[in-house]
Order: sequence, then C-alpha cells, then structure tokens
Amino acid sequence: MTAVDTDALVTGLRQVSESIFALRFRAPHIAAAAQPGQFVNVLTSPFYDPLLRRAYSISNVYGEECEILFAVVGKGTSLLARVREGDTLRVLGPLGRPFACEEPFQTAILVAGGIGIAPFPFLFSRLLDQGKTVIPLVGARCSSLIARGVISGARYATDDGSEGCHGTVVDLFEEYLSTNEPVVPRVFACGPNPMLAALRRSVLGRGIPCELSLESEMACGIGICQGCAVKRSRERDQYALVCTDGPCFDARDIVPLGEEGG
Amino acid sequence: MKTDFRIGSLSCKNRVLTASGTFGYGLEAAPYTTLAALGGIVTKSVTKFPRAGNPPPRIAETTGGMLNSIGLANVGVEAFARDKLPLLRGIGTAVIVNIAGSSIDEYIDVLERLEHEQGIDAWEINISCPNVREGGLHFGAKRETAAAVTRALRPRTRKPLIVKLTPNVTQVAEIAAACADEGADAVSLINTLVGMAVDVRTRRPRLSTVTGGLSGPAVKPVALAKVYETARAVSIPVIGIGGIVTAMDAIEFLLVGATAVQVGTSSFRDPDTAVSVARGMEEFCREQGVEDIKELVGALRVDDTGAVPGFIA
Ligand SMILES: Cc1cc2nc3c(=O)[nH]c(=O)nc-3n(C[C@H](O)[C@H](O)[C@H](O)COP(=O)(O)OP(=O)(O)OC[C@H]3O[C@@H](n4cnc5c(N)ncnc54)[C@H](O)[C@@H]3O)c2cc1C
Ligand SMILES: Cc1cc2nc3c(=O)[nH]c(=O)nc-3n(C[C@H](O)[C@H](O)[C@H](O)COP(=O)(O)O)c2cc1C
Ligand code: FES
Repeated sequence: MTAVDTDALVTGLRQVSESIFALRFRAPHIAAAAQPGQFVNVLTSPFYDPLLRRAYSISNVYGEECEILFAVVGKGTSLLARVREGDTLRVLGPLGRPFACEEPFQTAILVAGGIGIAPFPFLFSRLLDQGKTVIPLVGARCSSLIARGVISGARYATDDGSEGCHGTVVDLFEEYLSTNEPVVPRVFACGPNPMLAALRRSVLGRGIPCELSLESEMACGIGICQGCAVKRSRERDQYALVCTDGPCFDARDIVPLGEEGG
Repeated sequence: MKTDFRIGSLSCKNRVLTASGTFGYGLEAAPYTTLAALGGIVTKSVTKFPRAGNPPPRIAETTGGMLNSIGLANVGVEAFARDKLPLLRGIGTAVIVNIAGSSIDEYIDVLERLEHEQGIDAWEINISCPNVREGGLHFGAKRETAAAVTRALRPRTRKPLIVKLTPNVTQVAEIAAACADEGADAVSLINTLVGMAVDVRTRRPRLSTVTGGLSGPAVKPVALAKVYETARAVSIPVIGIGGIVTAMDAIEFLLVGATAVQVGTSSFRDPDTAVSVARGMEEFCREQGVEDIKELVGALRVDDTGAVPGFIA
C-alpha cells in the first residue's frame, strides 16, 4: 500500500517522561498500512519555521489511530507539545522500509537508546502476536527521562545509575548476553548514532543478526532530495537513503554516521 | 483563462515547473500530487557518470530555508536513459532534462547521448558546477565560461536550451546576456546561494562540506532582485526560481519579469506545492480579471523617480 498525505485529527497528547510525549491521531489509511519500523512525516508549523517536516517512528497503532513518541528538543517538537485534541496535523505516511520481523527466529532483543524507544511498542506487540519471546532493553540518561507505560517488562540502563544497570544500554545488552545465552537472538535497535555504532560492533563481532533503525537529516522523506545519505558498508563511498532504503537496515549493510571504516 | 507558454518548441500548459534536484526524476512524488497538472518537470542534474554524492550530513535546516550539499548525486546518463526516462514518457507534462558536468566535454557527452531519445522537451544546463580545468571555479562564475558552455551545446541540439544561472556572482545579468548572445533560448535563476551553519556544541559545521547551498523562502527576496535585474538585461525568457511556496510568491516573480517559475525546496515540505501554486495563480488571475497570465509578466509598476535600481544603506 502506498503512503498518503492526510489531515489527521489529533485524539490525544500525554506526557510519558520528563521530556517525552505520546501523540495520537486518527489516520485510517496510515494505521491500516503501517508496519513496525515505518515512520510518518509531520508538518509542525503552517508557517515556514520549521520549514521542513519532522520524521517520527510509528510507535503504535490502535484501530484507525496511530501514536508517535517524541522528545522535546527543538523547534518542531516544542510546537508539537502544544498540539491539542481536536487539532489537525498534516501527516504523510507510512514511509520507509519496516523492520524485517516476519522471519523464523524465536527470541528478539529490542535495544532502545533514549527516544529510540519510539518504534518499539509497535514491534513489541507484533512480535508477541507472532508468539515470539521479546526482551526489551531500554537506556536513558537518567530515570526521569525513561518513557513510562509504553512497553512492558523492560530492563533499564541509565548513564547516571539512577535506575537499573549503571551504564549504557549496549553495556546492558552485553551483560544480558553473557548471563543468558539464548539460541542466537534477533536484535532490533534504535537510538543515537554513537549507540548504534557501538551496538553494531558488538553484534557483528558475535555474528548476531541485527536490524538498526537509523536517523539522519531529512528534507523530504520520500526519496526526492538525496539528503538522507548513510554510508553503505560493502562498497566504498556509496550511500543508501535512510528514507526509502531504510530507516531499518541490516546492521551489516550500513555504517552509522560517526563510525569509522566498515 | 490562458496559462500556457512556449519557449521555442517547448510548450507548457502552465507556468509552474518543478526545480532540478527537488523532485527526483519525476515519478517519486507521483502518489502525492498530479503530475499532469504541472507545467513541467525538471529532472535532477544528470552527469556523464553516476555520482554517489557527498558524505553526510548533506542537509541542515536554517531559519525559513535549508542548506544542502548533495554533491549532484545521480544515476548517470546511461541509467537515466535506460531506467528513468522511459517512465517519464506519457506522464502528461513537459520534461526538461537538467545536465551537469565538470568539463565542457562532459556536458556535450550527456547532451549527445540523450538528444535522440524520445520524451525530452528541453534542456536545462546547470552551470553552477565546479570546472575541473578552471581549478574548481564554477562555469557560472564568469561570462567567458558560461558563454563557452552555451556555445559548445548550441549547435548540437534542436531542443530549447535553458541555461541555469548561479546567484553567487557580482552581475548575474551580464552572464545571462553572454548566454543569450551564444544562442541560449532562456535562462533560469537562481540556483542556491552559498551559505553555512555551525553546531555550537560540537563546534563543527553542520554540513560535511562545510559550506553548502541555501534555498527556500529565505532566499526569495534575493532571487526576485536577481530575476528583475536579469529580465531587464536580456530579451530571452527568464525562468524565476527561489523560495516559492505560494501562488503569490510565483506572481511576484512574473511581475518582475519571469515568464515562468520553478518550485524547489517547498516540494520537500509538501510534494503537491507546485500544483497548488499553479492552481492558485489561475484563481488570482480570475479574481483580477486577467485573461492571459502573460499580462502579468514584467507588469511591475515602478515610479520613475530617476533613482537607479540598486541599494543605498
Ligand atoms: C526516520 C526518523 C525517525 C525519527 N523518529 C523519531 C521519533 O520517533 N521520535 C522523535 O522524538 N524523533 C524522531 N526523529 C527525529 C525527528 O525527526 C526530529 O529531528 C526531532 O524531533 C527534532 O526536531 P525539532 O524540530 O524539535 O528539533 P530541531 O529544532 O530541528 O533541532 C534538532 C536538534 O538539534 C539541536 N540544534 C539545532 N540547531 C543547533 C545548532 N545550531 N547547534 C547545536 N545544536 C542545534 C537542537 O537542540 C535539537 O537537539 C526521527 C528522525 C528520523 C529521520
Ligand atoms: C536538495 C537540493 C538539491 C538540488 N539539486 C540541484 C541539481 O541537481 N541541479 C540544479 O541545477 N539545481 C539543484 N538545486 C537547486 C534548485 O533547483 C533551485 O534552484 C534552488 O533550490 C532555489 O529554489 P528553491 O528556493 O525553490 O528551492 C537543488 C536544490 C536543493 C535544495
Ligand atoms: S529525505 Fe529526501 S531523499 Fe531521503
């Protein structure tokens, strides 16, 4: 099914951590077509600042409604945090390549860093529906920044040790592997580039299959600007587009920004 | 209501085209707009060989605009002819192929490779490319090099030749005049303005290439002034580009002398922008009792105070 650009009715906005909000909107076509790992492109201002849309992972689908999770960090998200029930938002989606989650693996480990938790509630319920075992690992800078009530049974890591494991979510991941050795798990990860780079080294070294959901600067989200390049790992100086080839990639295929070599 | 226009054999049903590099190869945005309602599509710049483009980050949003350093990423002329062009045939709008090169021979090679392909209505020549022979200075930077590209291509094609000018020069009108003298059928402007942005926390430039090209609503006043200056200096048609989001933006370009316009960056915000600009222009004409949109071209009213257009701070 192709994506649509639609006026979506906002049906709810709730705060789920000190800086993260969950925004729900009614968009039947998007809700019906969405797959875990896909994103929507949201117009945050009717004026020209911000000029460009912002991309948000579809964090869950409820009937004809979709939910996104966003962290308030800048211009677009400050405006989104002021949206009210009954407002309309221009939303284009669903976009991008979803997580490859239909394959025959039994155990999935979800690795989320900060707002990188966004695509996981949707993936989590899809995997549970398929009868799979799912282990969510969630990292944040501190306890107050952990999104609450969006995913159940998660284990936590915080940079300051205020909750769960003291360290990064990649540390937590490695600790989990060393204490529980499940039959080769499938890993799904989303978070800031340095975290994805660290996790990528960790899984590739162990031969664990892994999908990364990437972020990049984006102007269009639909493949017309060539702005969202990410380095391919197999060919020198070749790029994939995050918006159409991703945002979900096999960790072997791409090199997150900031990681050298490949 | 007449909205159409011609430049030689190029015939467009309305005065709104999509700008090169902001609409892919034409089909990508098809699900979100009505291609047949466009005056025309200008393709991403096509080069002799495929180009992977620059390392990321390639984009940085700025107030009311954006910087890009895509690096002319494109599939190259062979793949364009084989995979992209066939899809453009029969989409119901004019197709203008934008050509770029790092030497005059490269421009010639691309044009000659495509000249006899079906489905191309005109050429737009992007001369804002670094010229290898001139040490990376772009072809559009000087009258001589701009004229040389035009002169080299003119006898090799029967299709209309539109030369796309860069605003990063002192006197764009002189360069336009040089291209007109060499037989260009039209000029289009502006390409992006050199700009930069800095991440204060990391103390790094926000683009991998340090500087990039500024586009979007932020550049519109600059673009209008350049189009005004150029339209007064040449007798060939001028196509106005730069920051157009609404029909009123486009009308401004017509009033200062543009025959047609191109919509760029705002297609990223909404891929249906160019079509809504075309519709809005028609509506405006109806409201104003304008029967042929041509009446607006160059219809700017300037009081003759004896003052020379320019600026005084
Ligand atoms: C595929 C994809 C999926 C995404 N999914 C999500 C998601 O689910 N949830 C989510 O919250 N986000 C997501 N994002 C990111 C999102 O699209 C926005 O980039 C993000 O919300 C920030 O937007 P903003 O307008 O609030 O911030 P902006 O104003 O654009 O600022 C972005 C960041 O840069 C900083 N910044 C801006 N200018 C400067 C400067 N000059 N120097 C230093 N720092 C600067 C800001 O402080 C901020 O941290 C996703 C992105 C992609 C590409
Ligand atoms: C991301 C991006 C890519 C571009 N690529 C090209 C290109 O390949 N060739 C070209 O001639 N102009 C290119 N341009 C310039 C635009 O066609 C246009 O001249 C410029 O952006 C100003 O118009 P705007 O403000 O409406 O975007 C590009 C612009 C952007 C923003
Ligand atoms: S964001 Fe424009 S091509 Fe990916």
